Amino acid sequence: MSISREEIATTARLARIRLRDDEIDDVTSRIASILDMVDQMQAIDTSAVEPMSNSLDAAQVLRSDKVDEPGDKIAAREALMAGAPAQQDGLFLVPKVIE
Amino acid sequence: MNKAKAMSNNQALHQLSLCALREGLDSKQFSSRELTEYFLSRIDQHDGEYNSFITVTPEPALAAADAADRRIASGEQNALLGIPMAQKDIFCTQGVRTSCGSKMLDNFLPPYDATVVAQMQQAGAVTLGKTNMDEFAMGSSNETSFYGKVKNPWDTNTVPGGSSGGSAAAVAARLVPAATGTDTGGSIRQPAALCGITGLKPTYGRVSRYGMIAFASSLDQGGPMTRSAEDAALMLNAMAGHDPRDSTSAALSCPDFCDGLEQDIRDLRIGVPKEYFDDRLDSEMAGAVREALTELEKLGATLVDVELPNSALSVPAYYVIAPAEASSNLSRFDGVRYGYRCEDPQDLEDMYTRTRSEGFGDEVKRRILVGAYALSAGYYDAYYRKAQQVRRLIKDDFDRAFEKVDVIAGPTCPSPAFRFGEKQSDPVAMYLEDIYTIAVNLAGLPGMSVPAGMINNMPVGLQLIGKHFDEATILRVAHQYQRATDWHTRSPVE
Amino acid sequence: MQWETVIGLEVHVQLATKSKIFSGSSTAFGAPPNTQANAVDLALPGTLPVANEQAFHSAILFGLAVNAEIERRSVFERKNYFYPDLPKGYQTTQLAAPIVGEGSIEINTGTDNQTSRHIRIHHAHLEEDAGKSLHEDFHGMSGIDLNRAGTPLIEIVSEPDMRNAEEAVAYLKKIHAIVTYLGISDGDMSQGSLRCDANVSVRPMGSDTLGTRTETKNLNSFRFIEKAINVEVARQIDLIEDGGEVVQETRLYDSDKNETRSMRSKEEANDYRYFPCPDLLPVVIEQKTIESLRQKMPELPDQKRARFETQYELSGYDASLLCESRELADYFEQVAENCGDAKLAANWVMGELSAYLNKENLFISQSQVSAAALGQLISRIDDQTISGKIAKKVFESMCESGDEPDKIIAQQGLKQVSDSGAIEAMVQEVIDNSEAQVLQYLAAEPDKRKKLLGYFVGQVMKVSKGQANPGEVNRILAEKLK
Repeated sequence: MSISREEIATTARLARIRLRDDEIDDVTSRIASILDMVDQMQAIDTSAVEPMSNSLDAAQVLRSDKVDEPGDKIAAREALMAGAPAQQDGLFLVPKVIE
Repeated sequence: MNKAKAMSNNQALHQLSLCALREGLDSKQFSSRELTEYFLSRIDQHDGEYNSFITVTPEPALAAADAADRRIASGEQNALLGIPMAQKDIFCTQGVRTSCGSKMLDNFLPPYDATVVAQMQQAGAVTLGKTNMDEFAMGSSNETSFYGKVKNPWDTNTVPGGSSGGSAAAVAARLVPAATGTDTGGSIRQPAALCGITGLKPTYGRVSRYGMIAFASSLDQGGPMTRSAEDAALMLNAMAGHDPRDSTSAALSCPDFCDGLEQDIRDLRIGVPKEYFDDRLDSEMAGAVREALTELEKLGATLVDVELPNSALSVPAYYVIAPAEASSNLSRFDGVRYGYRCEDPQDLEDMYTRTRSEGFGDEVKRRILVGAYALSAGYYDAYYRKAQQVRRLIKDDFDRAFEKVDVIAGPTCPSPAFRFGEKQSDPVAMYLEDIYTIAVNLAGLPGMSVPAGMINNMPVGLQLIGKHFDEATILRVAHQYQRATDWHTRSPVE
Repeated sequence: MQWETVIGLEVHVQLATKSKIFSGSSTAFGAPPNTQANAVDLALPGTLPVANEQAFHSAILFGLAVNAEIERRSVFERKNYFYPDLPKGYQTTQLAAPIVGEGSIEINTGTDNQTSRHIRIHHAHLEEDAGKSLHEDFHGMSGIDLNRAGTPLIEIVSEPDMRNAEEAVAYLKKIHAIVTYLGISDGDMSQGSLRCDANVSVRPMGSDTLGTRTETKNLNSFRFIEKAINVEVARQIDLIEDGGEVVQETRLYDSDKNETRSMRSKEEANDYRYFPCPDLLPVVIEQKTIESLRQKMPELPDQKRARFETQYELSGYDASLLCESRELADYFEQVAENCGDAKLAANWVMGELSAYLNKENLFISQSQVSAAALGQLISRIDDQTISGKIAKKVFESMCESGDEPDKIIAQQGLKQVSDSGAIEAMVQEVIDNSEAQVLQYLAAEPDKRKKLLGYFVGQVMKVSKGQANPGEVNRILAEKLK
């Protein structure tokens, strides 16, 4: 399965990655070579194989419904938001969200 | 400092194992503060050559050392108490920059400690700083770090391996007695092999992932990088255990990993997969590994041929699964709540796109694109689902092999350390660096690399793979091998 | 051409768990921004989710209530997209293996609520809510509050089984009743605890292929959903009849303008790249968990309605109105038990009480009039202490003061006069003052007399300020005027 320049461009938009015009061909060819390697998998028949998403053959252990909160919520917020690129009145600021 | 050096039984402090350091601390030959000052000064003097640290933290380290000295004085017994360590810069450390080797997190000061960090600090380990790594742990050569490449202490023209290359180089160059690493496809074992140290990737679920910045969540696992198997066991004792904040951490009690190390290996059957000795393996490398296997046989273990027929498919499956998970895991780096945000965004889309395009390096962007593509509509079945099916076949191979043997042994990587730039232009060549390690992550098994020879004065790694949650047996094999050989004591520095 | 409307609803219900679905943060409403968003909710690097057991139990209760299959093994998946209120860059949700499988509910529509329809539920799954973008102007920027991020939701997806807005509203009301009966949600639509997206299409009557549908979002009240569906249906029919085509898209209902409009920001082809969340292993539900939850199931709206019809001999219509909310039904039952007259209790709860609550815009839990007090009032009608007319006056006082009816009756001297001596005196007074009417009455044919008697009764009631026992008045008048 080879990948086209357009598919790379579409995928990049989905992933919010900007590729410059002068790098898109290079990126396309590198990714194409990765996908060629990956395509070795297609040689084997896996139709009867159940996909495995985790090696731990276990069920999830659930948490009981308990609130776990800091005593000083405003101080905790300050600590958590200390690295925010832009904030005001306890809110993260971003360029205007248009719905 | 000279005092400390003089008091160490004529051997330089930086050449001592964790056990020897423990003895020295307990018998008051030196204090944790003296040790800490000693290693900080080594980092200061020598790391310019290797670039193995991103951040060094002398003040908190000395404060921790003083606290450890008080605990030692009060009679507390703990294997790691007062011993200097380094953390891979993928583990969150409260108030100390945690960059993950990326410009994206160059300004990130976590408000919390990773579980592993907290556990080691509780045990009294002294963190000297944060080690360099491939950006977001994506790389096998440490050439993708935003903070520059790490150099292999055995030959600074060669790579230290990756992604835990900073930890491997720092331990090999004796800048720190031990360090943590993480391993998604070989990122502990391959740099350990290339730098001539001992590295252990525990069973998936053995060590908490909470606070360890995710690359591929179903594969990532933290582990020790040390100079010997015995040291690795000591460190694993502090790192392992169930964490209620990580629902993939196994709710199993941990044995004392030091127990049983001294037991011989005559009862063990060691599987040798023929697929690990294919034509991709450097011939000198093959010779060195076979010699190590012979040594194991001499120690009484029985070598058994085993087959892992689908192992050739592990790299293809991995390079779908890991990028797919990564593409999603790295979506949180969006410039909204922490980390890098581009200058003067024009609008929301511009903020997202420029933040991510400027904040991530090329290899990370490439993997995000591969992963997003593999998950996209129309390709999911052919790539992602297929890779998950192959993953099961690979695990089944191991399950079958482990019906016959207790441990599987082979090379850690196909060749010794390569030169900078050698594989950078060809991502696939770089990916094949991990052909012998990746399957272990896909199957979630414990694996380790131990020094097992030298080729042209560059280290060779022997890989030992265990059954699920049976780190103890591979540690025993490694320790018995290290009792019989001295490869692990070879040092690139005086 | 005759058109048929086809509607399917996706209902999001916020679960009333104490903590979030994947973190220990509180889900309480109204805290200062970002004070209920911890490291996990902010998606700080390295943080991991741990799922809340109660969220599963709530979802299972819902599944049992709609006779659905409970999936023994369910899987969380990631739905990937970028939005500032979505901290991880993906929403953790369920797709291929949701916790609740196919089920169904019955709805009742029509003037008498007696037309029953069977609506199939495709599935219901657990997922996390997003945060909120505040669009007030922060120097031309938006503010992001993540307090709501990670609040557990169940999304209930119906089959396209509804044929008009009225059915859609009835369906939504039934979902509302079920989740509040179960106590798994507060159902407070004004706070967004229950939200709805409507998939609407039209097709020529008799056709069995589905038309192109639109998804209308932002439907947060029963009234809006009805209006939004009606305007969207009208829009689609106009469009097709003018030779146009319906475009499959997401639309937003604007309640101010009563119109739906295309959400162009969501137009961009999105590909959510769902895949199983590698941080969360499959959740396996034991049969014994399901059984123990089944034991804890409270009486559901349909069961309660059936019981009210038999136990209290209420009409189907009355019973269904009373069962619309668990609080109302519980209130009614307490009133009925207190006074022992279910029919009168039903009339009062649906009549005077509902009118009062509507007028004052109160929930039943906020009523000044307790069920015990209303029961006492009805008892006073039954034991003839007061008349029905006086009772309404007493009720008004109860609403204002919150006092018990006996106290009000005593204080205001409203007790009905049944003492025949007193009534006889009043009757005599009226007769004495109504010479002309008495003559007219005596001259009238016996069959006309009944009508004329009404005049005297009215006069006596006036003299008694409404407190004379009407039966006694009639009897004594008839005797005196012989």
